[in-house]
Amino acid sequence: MVEDAEMLIVDDSQADDSMVIHNPWRQLRQFTAARIGIGRAGVSTPTRETLEFQLAHAQARDAVHTELDIESLKQQLFQLQQDFPQINSQPPLVLNSRAIDRVTYLQRPDFGRQLDDSGFASLKPHYTKTPYDLALVIADGLSATAIHQNAVKFIASLLPLLLKEIPDFSLAPISLVNQGRVAIGDDIGEALNARAVLILIGERPGLSSPDSLGLYLTWSPKRGLTDDKRNCISNVRLAGLSYAAAAHKCFYLLSEARRLQCSGVAIKDRSTEKIIDSSAVQTSFLLDSKVDRKGVDGK
Amino acid sequence: MGHSYRYQLGSKTYQFADLADLMAKATPARSGDRLAGVIAESAEQRAVAQLLLAEVPLKTFLNDTLVPYEDDEITRLIIDEHDAEAFSVISHLTVGDFRNWLLTDTASTEVLKQISPGVTPEMAAAVSKIMRNQDLILVAQKCRVVTSFRNTIGLPKRLSTRLQPNHPTDDVNGIAASMLDGLLYGSGDAVIGINPATDNVAQATRLMNLMDEVISLYEIPTQSCVLTHVTNTLECIENGAPVDLVFQSIGGTEKTNSSFGFNLAILAEAQQAALSLNRGTVGQNVMYFETGQGSSLSANAHHGLDQQTCEARAYAVARKFDPLLVNTVVGFIGPEYLFDGKEIIRAGLEDHFCGKLLGLPMGCDVCYTNHAEADQNDMDNLLTLLGTAGCSFVMGIPGSDDIMLNYQTTSFHDALYARRVLGLGAAPEFEAWLEKMQIMSNAGLAQLTNHLPPAFAGTLSSSAVKHYNG
Repeated sequence: MVEDAEMLIVDDSQADDSMVIHNPWRQLRQFTAARIGIGRAGVSTPTRETLEFQLAHAQARDAVHTELDIESLKQQLFQLQQDFPQINSQPPLVLNSRAIDRVTYLQRPDFGRQLDDSGFASLKPHYTKTPYDLALVIADGLSATAIHQNAVKFIASLLPLLLKEIPDFSLAPISLVNQGRVAIGDDIGEALNARAVLILIGERPGLSSPDSLGLYLTWSPKRGLTDDKRNCISNVRLAGLSYAAAAHKCFYLLSEARRLQCSGVAIKDRSTEKIIDSSAVQTSFLLDSKVDRKGVDGK
Repeated sequence: MGHSYRYQLGSKTYQFADLADLMAKATPARSGDRLAGVIAESAEQRAVAQLLLAEVPLKTFLNDTLVPYEDDEITRLIIDEHDAEAFSVISHLTVGDFRNWLLTDTASTEVLKQISPGVTPEMAAAVSKIMRNQDLILVAQKCRVVTSFRNTIGLPKRLSTRLQPNHPTDDVNGIAASMLDGLLYGSGDAVIGINPATDNVAQATRLMNLMDEVISLYEIPTQSCVLTHVTNTLECIENGAPVDLVFQSIGGTEKTNSSFGFNLAILAEAQQAALSLNRGTVGQNVMYFETGQGSSLSANAHHGLDQQTCEARAYAVARKFDPLLVNTVVGFIGPEYLFDGKEIIRAGLEDHFCGKLLGLPMGCDVCYTNHAEADQNDMDNLLTLLGTAGCSFVMGIPGSDDIMLNYQTTSFHDALYARRVLGLGAAPEFEAWLEKMQIMSNAGLAQLTNHLPPAFAGTLSSSAVKHYNG
């Protein structure tokens, strides 16, 4: 995909540019990722920007409709188990939600939240009386691309923290879920008897972020829990929150959940909240004193 | 609840449990009604429901309230404030006759304005369900709703824009960069409105100050708004922040609005607080509302109604408070409510029609998410249709890409396209400013100047920009 983007730019550099009016304020992209200073052909978006937009939309669309590559994930997780022999060495469990395909999934969020009947049956042999410390669930969500690019790398960052800090840490077999939404993690966590469940799920892709991974932690997972019982870490990807930072946040939340025996709003991560002082005037460049007042007054 | 409805078609008998069921089954197909389990079970059942709905007298909607009067303050608002005199002109009509009447020359701009307080949201929703897209456009185009604050919105042959300079961390320079981009493309006469990434009073105040200073410095005839919760804005006003417009997302049932954390009394309090600041120069419409089909179902507060009827009921809330702007954010909620371009386009036209018929300054966030079956071409279609229908305003954002809310809406360029092909201008006060600032050489023709306007040339060579360049 990167190669294609470069091709597009290279080809465009050969194009006759005389029809496009460029915007000198494009330099302000130093302040924002917004598509400012696009320029124009007439009053319309120039060809190159139009096609770049379509490429970004195509990538986001593909992310939504790409299927989870179960075989590749299994191999990556097998490799991970070689690196961390302390953790559960069973092969991952492959499960499905009640949404039978993507079209159903997109229209019936309620189906995507529930494990199908065969899923419960296949989890049964893995139930233990002594609860697991954590169940990890990997679900496609709205971007399998996010899972393919980030899920196993994130787990590789998280596991050392858990193994180091939690005595006799026990991990349930890892689950891979097709057509899953966040709440399905609770079904799985309950069926396995896990103290906590962490679901790794592809987030709704943005035009400039088709590969964003979301993490949701639930303490004492049970079917039918609502969002206020979960803690969320968002935007985990190469151009977003790093795996190491996400792993630290995640470990912090799990530690708090273990200490307080709950999750959700009660253990909101207040340590990272910035205090905003509205009286501290932050002036933007638009208000810089060197504004040409002549122009402002229209004289 | 009222009686059931029955229709004999050949050997088949179709039965509908009550008016709410009939309304839902008569609604053009959309995924949200399927999700709610209220959708017609077949195309034939839908067509039959539409035939039956056309026979329902408009008067029925005053007696057979779809959400019980005693359970819901919006039903009480609709019934208690119904204008019987305005209604008298159309009170003898059925839903089907009402459609015919709306399409006749009798229903002129003036007459539509007169009957508007006599139309309830349910009547508007019912008739819209049996109207084709062209009907929705034709009648809406005859409705005229003019509002004002520092400029005038909704005049004939005008299409205003909300400049939406969102930034994922509310960075002041990031927001300022998008604001400048928008202003230099002639956007922002409806409002400069920011969705804050961090939603609290301190942040809202900071953003209000940022916009107020820009509007003052460049003497822009427009208004600002931070789209934060109404109770936050109230607190901002109490703290002396420069609040132009009070924002709130609203729904069509009391339960929906409780889930949003407000009720009618809070909106009234906020409206009075904003009015007390007396910041409008041309008029005093101080409220900005957003709506969207599906919000009631999403809050599990739809009382078994279809999502379009719930949406129309939200307009009863809006019209109580004389808003400057009402925006249906039509494709934002996702494909579980509006699945594809066809459903989004239909919903946008319905919302715009119902809002205008009920007397609201209706604009539309022509938009979609990446998991909906929609693309830029669908948005071009809806924008063109709404521009033709006389839509009051649309959004404006750099390159259609909202990097904070992660969805696509209309760009600054899109608005200029619509103005050109449909011969629409911005608000007159804003047009004059665009020409004064040399942003446009002929604002009526949406002609941008080819040089950098002098007032902003200084800005771009300012020390702040240079500093970052260095």
